[in-house]
Amino acid sequence: MTDAAVAFNPLAGRPPLLNVADLEAWYGESHVLHGVAFDVRPGEVVTLLGRNGAGKTTTLRAIMGIIQKRRGSVRFRDLETIKAPTRVIARSGIALCPEERAIFSSLSVQENLMLPPTIAPGGLSLDRIFALFPNLKERLGTPGTKLSGGEQQMLAIARILRTGAKFLLLDEPTEGLAPVIVQQIGNAIAALKREGFTVLLVEQNFRFASSVADRHFVVEQGKVIDVIPNEQIGTSSAKLQAYLGV
Amino acid sequence: MAELIGIPAQAIFGQLLLGLINGSFYAMLSVGLAVIFGLLNITNFAHGAQYMLGAFVSWMLLHYLGIGYWWALLLAPIIVAVLGILIERLLISHLSGLDHLYGFLLTFGVALIIQGLLRNLYPVSSLPYSIPQALTGGQNLGFMFLPNYRGWVIIASLTMCIATWVIIEKTNLGAYLRAANENPTMLGAFGVDVPRLVTLTYGFGVALAAFAGVLAAPIYSVSPNMGADLIVVVFAVVVIGGMGSIIGAIVTGFSLGLIEGFAKVFYPQGSSVVIFVIMAIVLLIKPAGLFGRTV
Repeated sequence: MTDAAVAFNPLAGRPPLLNVADLEAWYGESHVLHGVAFDVRPGEVVTLLGRNGAGKTTTLRAIMGIIQKRRGSVRFRDLETIKAPTRVIARSGIALCPEERAIFSSLSVQENLMLPPTIAPGGLSLDRIFALFPNLKERLGTPGTKLSGGEQQMLAIARILRTGAKFLLLDEPTEGLAPVIVQQIGNAIAALKREGFTVLLVEQNFRFASSVADRHFVVEQGKVIDVIPNEQIGTSSAKLQAYLGV
Repeated sequence: MAELIGIPAQAIFGQLLLGLINGSFYAMLSVGLAVIFGLLNITNFAHGAQYMLGAFVSWMLLHYLGIGYWWALLLAPIIVAVLGILIERLLISHLSGLDHLYGFLLTFGVALIIQGLLRNLYPVSSLPYSIPQALTGGQNLGFMFLPNYRGWVIIASLTMCIATWVIIEKTNLGAYLRAANENPTMLGAFGVDVPRLVTLTYGFGVALAAFAGVLAAPIYSVSPNMGADLIVVVFAVVVIGGMGSIIGAIVTGFSLGLIEGFAKVFYPQGSSVVIFVIMAIVLLIKPAGLFGRTV
């Protein structure tokens, strides 16, 4: 854990749900993460902010074990997952909604939605899911990739809500979407938080991030360099602009 | 009814029946290849040898253990599938992520080894296996005589092919298989054990080949080369139908068997090449195959 992270969470009363420390990861020979450290507490929505190529997506992929060459520590609940294979990590209750959405084109919307196996009791019912994303209900028979970008994004989130996984990794869920869809996704994230989900969100859209998150970790060159509680976002805007180059 | 374009109707229907029988085997084998290719991305050149093993294991079950046809129909595919699963775990799984060519060469080598071993053990040219009692005799359909066993082969093959198609296209398991074909990493990130899915799929494809081998035992001679002769044609069928398409494999398998049958009636000299001529034409016009998705 970086000093910054500790300094900004003096009253982190509850033990973290996810604790990442000294996380390093490689794509082949290239060293991408250089000791990422942060934590996520149960029921929180936390973002990883940073420029393109800072290592945000890589951090999610390393947590999920999709990047196999990794070192350091990723503790989820009481489980050290740094050596675990992806399917074990998934079975422990972490679900990923990837940046590219990864909707299966050879599966219908319904099949895409029902694809991820249930890993624990307590997932959302289909009724609840359709209440969050009404668009999906009418399109169940269509091939997954015939949906619009926004609907594909909703489907990519919807399908991991059924499984009973309570910790969601959402990678840029608003990228390239119309404002009205962005708002719908924001509402859904807020609703999920009320349902007791914990969310780790990767975002470039800072305004969107500040509308849904409790804390923001700033990632730069494969490290977490700062943490900003959402209530300090106003006073930190100059700092953030410098970090994000916006 | 006696003659059509100067050819006895009996001869035409006889050849068409033969074509349909051959087509049954083309379809079953190419469906197995399509299932394996769809998930493992390898061209299973050992498929012919595994078909042959199905016939051989049936013969061995009968010869050494006195276990008859009907049990063989169940046991031989299981035994050969277990062998296939070992091959997948010990050999093929190490090739994942490499070029198709490696899987092709590996399975080709496996086929040669299996065939060579059996040729050493059973140097006779062919081993007899008789039609089960219940399926001897035949039906007079009026225009032709249909031996019961041949009718059974067609029905069994159609059933297996359609069942496979239903499993892949209509069930949850099939959705896993299609998803694993498209994006195994994502499916793994949902907690699905993709390597085990791959192994079992290979086993299933191999079992289909062995099942075809058991069906073939009473009509073709049981010999170490029986698969090598057939598999070349089956690969042409797969290329015509489109790699990885189940429905393509079924339709092209049966129709090419029939076309071959027609050719035997009307232009016998060309019957052994007709499939390859069609393959060449299809490759020129639609390289992905008639039912293949364009890559």
